[in-house]
Amino acid sequence: MTAADLLPTIGLEVHMHLKTRTKLFCGCPVRYDARPNSCVCPVCLGMPGVLPVMNGRAVELAVRMALALGCAIPDLAKWDRKHYYYPDLPKNYQISEYDQPLGIGGFLDVETPRGAVRVGITRVHLEEDAGKLMHDERGGNFSVVDLNRTGTPLLEIVSEPDIHGAEDARAYAEALRQLAVYLGVGDCHLQLGQMRFEPNVSLRIGTGPDGKPRYTPISEIKNLNSFRSVERAVVFELARHRQEYVANPAEYTLENLGKETRGWRDDEGVSFLQRSKEEAHDYRYFPEPDLVPFVPDRAWVEAVRATVPELPQGRRRRFISEYGLPEYDAGVLTAERGVADFFEKVAGLVKDPKTASNWMMQDVMRVLNERKAGIADLGMTPEALAELVSLVKQGAINRNKGTEVFGKMLASGKPAGEIVRQDGLAQVADAGAVEAFVDQALAANARTVEDYKGGKKAALGRLMGEAMKASGGKANPQLVREILLRKLGG
Amino acid sequence: MAITDLTACRMREALRRREFSALEAADASLAAIARLDGRVRAFLSVDADGARRRAAGIDKRLAAGEPAGLLAGVPVAVKDNMCTADGQATTCASRILGGWRAPYDAHVVERLAAEGAVVVGKTNLDEFAMGSSTENSAFGATRNPWDLERVPGGSSGGSAAAVAARMVPLALGSDTGGSIRQPAALCGVVGLKPTYGRVSRYGLVAFASSLDQIGPFGRTVADAALLLQATAGHDPRDSTSVPEAVPDYLAALEEPVRPLRIGLPKEFFGAGLDPEVRRVVRDALAAYERLGAQMVEVSLPHSAEYAIAAYYIVATSEASSNLARYDGVHYGRRSSDHADMIDMYMRSRVQGFGDEVKRRVMLGAYALSAGYYEAYYKKALRVRRLIRRDFQDAFKTVDCIMGPTSPTAAFRQGERTADPLAMYLSDVYTVSCNLAAIAGVSVPCGFTRAGLPVGLQIITDVFTEDRLLRIARMYERETAWADRSPPVCEARP
Ligand SMILES: [Zn+2]
Repeated sequence: MTAADLLPTIGLEVHMHLKTRTKLFCGCPVRYDARPNSCVCPVCLGMPGVLPVMNGRAVELAVRMALALGCAIPDLAKWDRKHYYYPDLPKNYQISEYDQPLGIGGFLDVETPRGAVRVGITRVHLEEDAGKLMHDERGGNFSVVDLNRTGTPLLEIVSEPDIHGAEDARAYAEALRQLAVYLGVGDCHLQLGQMRFEPNVSLRIGTGPDGKPRYTPISEIKNLNSFRSVERAVVFELARHRQEYVANPAEYTLENLGKETRGWRDDEGVSFLQRSKEEAHDYRYFPEPDLVPFVPDRAWVEAVRATVPELPQGRRRRFISEYGLPEYDAGVLTAERGVADFFEKVAGLVKDPKTASNWMMQDVMRVLNERKAGIADLGMTPEALAELVSLVKQGAINRNKGTEVFGKMLASGKPAGEIVRQDGLAQVADAGAVEAFVDQALAANARTVEDYKGGKKAALGRLMGEAMKASGGKANPQLVREILLRKLGG
Repeated sequence: MAITDLTACRMREALRRREFSALEAADASLAAIARLDGRVRAFLSVDADGARRRAAGIDKRLAAGEPAGLLAGVPVAVKDNMCTADGQATTCASRILGGWRAPYDAHVVERLAAEGAVVVGKTNLDEFAMGSSTENSAFGATRNPWDLERVPGGSSGGSAAAVAARMVPLALGSDTGGSIRQPAALCGVVGLKPTYGRVSRYGLVAFASSLDQIGPFGRTVADAALLLQATAGHDPRDSTSVPEAVPDYLAALEEPVRPLRIGLPKEFFGAGLDPEVRRVVRDALAAYERLGAQMVEVSLPHSAEYAIAAYYIVATSEASSNLARYDGVHYGRRSSDHADMIDMYMRSRVQGFGDEVKRRVMLGAYALSAGYYEAYYKKALRVRRLIRRDFQDAFKTVDCIMGPTSPTAAFRQGERTADPLAMYLSDVYTVSCNLAAIAGVSVPCGFTRAGLPVGLQIITDVFTEDRLLRIARMYERETAWADRSPPVCEARP
């Protein structure tokens, strides 16, 4: 077996904060900008005598995500305590789900440059986040802890080892984010730590005598918090595995070394050993006696399923088949649920999906990109844009003036019709008036007229531009062209 | 008759009739504590100022004719594993909490306040409720008011002794494997463990979450019913508290249950039962027969053979988890001589916990360890289900089950401290009730020749506390055990 035959085998554990108003077991608000230890109460501080109360909204969002991933929702899920001592975990156990999670056996189709890849989902479960420990940077012999994050609802999504490259690992992580945001399950702001990744990396090294595949040891890389670091860490780890294996193919195997836990230094771009198999924690899991098991009512599960909107990939395919949009445009317009909803609203109102798509791509997306803002912050309703698109379609203003009006609508918040009236932007379609603009252009550009007559057809465009300019951009371009051609004797 | 000799029910009526004030009742209780507790040591803290202030507030309401609650002006003691935000420490009789003051009231403490009770102080217990003698307290053992050389039972020994010595008419305890019923038996008072889920555990410092239940102590069945009435009911802060309606426990209390079929498990009368206790309990059963009850032999095979083993696995496993939070990081006592973080954890816990707590935390951590979980905890849960089924089967043919609460009367201080297993067997008749999540009560049923009280345990099915209390009351009204007061009350210094 050569190094080239080694198949990267990657599974991903993804943690994301759910979009709930309050924490998982208490009424404290989930906030990211609050003073340290200001969003806490006896329950999330793990004080003596307190009891957790499950946040129903968190369970609903978790089930919604599980359903969107095609998971089955078992008849019973239970909560378990996972024990480890750390100052950011006041109870010294985390309430999680061990062997009976609320979602099992789904999948996610991920678009990659080589086509769609289906990644199996092993399980989806709900647990609580820990606080944040900060070490004194002035070299003092103490640490401080902020428990605002303690008890924040955290969804863990564990994939099958179906990913076979660093780029795909990244694409999978991005697709999960897109899905969660689409579903309203999480905001997934990476810079706020709302989404974290733990890739499990190994290489398949052929098959053993028993016919079963053999692997290099599994490295679990902890706590990555950007898509870029996922890709880089997996690239690094795969190369390291390859090197280790080639140097020592008999020893560097999963059977020998098991699973190890590694950290990632983003600035240096290297991983480092945190715990080997021998040092693995015994978390002493046992069923959480303070919570009753989750026994979902089937009708309730179906009601949650009904809240799962059309997902990005399906919607993209529909935009192509139903509206005849180019693949690229369909991809852009379905990347975010808000944008796709906005587009479909406009398309429906103007009864012309292609034109609506054109406005979305050329005007709306351009402004959003310039402002680095989301569709919710556009400051314009789909109805308002539809009015503008209709004005252009009806010929009340021309397309270029339309973009100008679009800008004015954003600046003033006024409706398109009002701006067109007030600014006198209505298209000039009166033949006599247009002819005057054409005559003006012809008189002022005698050389260009000569060029045209000498056979330079491109000169027509220049003359059209001059005539439009003379009209202040308001002339009907179609009419300008007709009159111009007539006058030039073409 | 002194105020402190009144039962809670009588006191409540007298207060309503303004025969004396709530302040006088509080002062009488505080005076009794001052007079007796140097010898009994039932209390870990007494909040005289707070109690008098609350009593004065109740008097105002009573004078104004405003509703003042079911327990208006009645002094109550609270076991010191229930959180009180009144500024008194909540210690669990452990050093590790280091004088921690709870920032919130337990649900039951809120209920007491809402019903006008006057909490006078917090009572001693075995550290974190782990024990059967109240000797495992970091702040000294409580003595049995009937014989100061003997233990009051445990872990709610302070509450049982405080009621027995008439320092307070009512007290709250918690029962994980018998911690209300066994001290009630040893101190000659009524102690009731409600059905799991009947009373909210919110604010009860957890020992074993799936077994812990808060319940009342009183000198009479009616008093226990009164305190249960005040504290029972659904609380959304405890997911295991059950949204069942709370019946009026006092309304039909005097109505006997007829016909009454009493189940007698042979396992409760076997080897290990003290002959004197057996005789006293048999006499009580004879009294029921005279009242027309029918005796039915029943069998609780799993309970007899496996209850103690299953109990000590479930209880210690949950305890090892519940007590993980006491690490000196966020509150409570932190070691001062540690080298690093891990050392801080270890030293804080080594210095903060007593021997019995350490023993149970280690047992529990072992039982939950990878590779042992199936053999211990999971198997114990299966045994639990079998024990529950034993009782369900029995309740198909009988209305209740009776037997001794404890195999012996109060034992001597120090007698069992060196032998944990002997101590664990003090709970042999009480643990199955917790494992099966059903209700049980211990009622006084006589005395040994040495003058030590004996308790009769009565067990009924889930959420049948109303019947349980009526069954207990039918016997109580035929006897006068509740009128006897322990020697410590008589001996004026
Ligand atoms: Zn909180």
